[in-house]
Amino acid sequence: MKVKLIKGKVWKFGDNVDTDIISPSIYMDSPEELREHAFEAIKPEFAGEVKSGDIIVGGRNFGCGSSRESAPEVIKALGVGAVVAESFGRIFFRNAIAIGLPIITCPRVSEVFEEGDELEIDLKGAKVRNISKGKEIQSEPLYHDVLDIILKGGIISLLKGMQKNE
Amino acid sequence: MGMTLAEKILARKSGKQEVRPGDYLTADIDLAMAHESFAGAYLNLASAGIQKVWDPDRVVVVLDHYVPAPTERSAGIHQIVRSAVEQLGIKHFYDEGRGICHQILPEEGHVCPGDLIVGADSHTTTYGAFGAAGTGIGMSEMAYVLATGKLWFRVPSSIRFQLNGMLPRRVMSKDIILHIAGKYRAEVAQYRSVEFSGPTAGSLSVDGRMTMSNMALELGAKFGFFEPDEKTIAYLETRVKGPIDPIRADADVSYEEVYEVDVSGLEPQIALPWTVDNVKPVSEVGEVAVNQAVIGSCTNGRAEDLEVSAEILRNKKIHPRTRLLVFPASRAIYQEALRKGWLEALSEAGASICPPGCGVCFGAHMGLLAAGESCVASINRNFRGRMGSNDARVYLGSPATVAASAIEGKIADPRGY
Repeated sequence: MKVKLIKGKVWKFGDNVDTDIISPSIYMDSPEELREHAFEAIKPEFAGEVKSGDIIVGGRNFGCGSSRESAPEVIKALGVGAVVAESFGRIFFRNAIAIGLPIITCPRVSEVFEEGDELEIDLKGAKVRNISKGKEIQSEPLYHDVLDIILKGGIISLLKGMQKNE
Repeated sequence: MGMTLAEKILARKSGKQEVRPGDYLTADIDLAMAHESFAGAYLNLASAGIQKVWDPDRVVVVLDHYVPAPTERSAGIHQIVRSAVEQLGIKHFYDEGRGICHQILPEEGHVCPGDLIVGADSHTTTYGAFGAAGTGIGMSEMAYVLATGKLWFRVPSSIRFQLNGMLPRRVMSKDIILHIAGKYRAEVAQYRSVEFSGPTAGSLSVDGRMTMSNMALELGAKFGFFEPDEKTIAYLETRVKGPIDPIRADADVSYEEVYEVDVSGLEPQIALPWTVDNVKPVSEVGEVAVNQAVIGSCTNGRAEDLEVSAEILRNKKIHPRTRLLVFPASRAIYQEALRKGWLEALSEAGASICPPGCGVCFGAHMGLLAAGESCVASINRNFRGRMGSNDARVYLGSPATVAASAIEGKIADPRGY
């Protein structure tokens, strides 16, 4: 299967960006309010300025903390095309896959990208390129069944497909 | 080569003789747990056109995060959950007031050693205290589990914390796990399975083990195990129907890392804002005035925690600048604390005794903080903005430390009480 390259402008975050920062509890029960307040404690301008197709680059342990699916969900709802980080909180990683948000673990990504750089991801080949600086990082590929969940648009789409085939 | 607890359980549940770290597999789920998150999982299920769950007897639903409902919106979520459990024939439903999910599941006999349990809550690692592989997932994956009874896993590598030495008086298992977080940092168990072992692990009560398995998640862990022993069996045998499998890791297992932790002489530990691994011994924290002190949560709201808090606060008064909130983790614990006079001692000291629930810990309701305020709490996270204002500060400590701090109105060492 041919997998489209994902391309976008980088928003850069540091280490240990937790799920309470991404999806503050007090707005969690309203997706509309949550969209206005995502990342507010550390980057208040993000929610207002992020453009469709932009890409988040995180440091270590991105999305650590809670199992709230609203964390990857609000990132997707703001139009972010993918999340790349040096490492992830494991439930955030699974949840991103489960809702079909492209996600990839990539060593040294914080060193190689500055805010505003143009980034390109080959999800199948696990390659992350800095187009602005002409650099490429090879990462560990996602397991084929896991990649398949992302490409199908998430685990609920997978479930719908299984229903049809029965 | 033998297998670790994580490998053994994932092999059994996927019908394989042997599995190794890095393997991907699909496993049969023994039990699925959700709280208010069940509403989202149910709506996802319905959107896929599915009207039934794979096995209603293997699903447990507990309302604990927004109880009693603080807003009309959360009341509406509760309404969806109540009607969904009825429609789907889920009998193991614990409505608001029964307690926090991670207390209710073992208390009501839903957790067995060797089980694979998924919960739509990150602290599902708590069940590792009983030798069960418990781990957190989101509500879309929960919908998938509800439909199929299966889920994909990557077999984690395993690390072991060998705990040696005797804990000093008023130093608790919470202090051990905070010490580990501070020393080895919040990523030491990222994508890994943790096994706590050694003589100190055996000497801890079931309550104390649950605190550590609960917070294994804050080290990034997928599972946080203690091997079942006679204490586990004593706790479970009156609650669990059917035989109890005393599962153990094989003797010839090689762990990715083994960390030796000596707890003798350990000081009470404090995690400072805004990460769980920003830890110092209480003597190095300095003068930190606290406006609020919280005893409770899925980490530290159990009998042992309320007992030590009551011992420290009996015949004392809390400091005038400090508000003390106490949340027993379940109704059964609340009643035990009532019978044993712990709640009376806490109330006499000036505490507000609140209903069982999680709301305060993640800033939903019942004790949010204003800008500039500080709180010392026996909970599991001190992330920025988690308990109200982005400019409030939360410090984590044991229930003993919280109780002593409430008396002094500042972060205090419980060893003097």
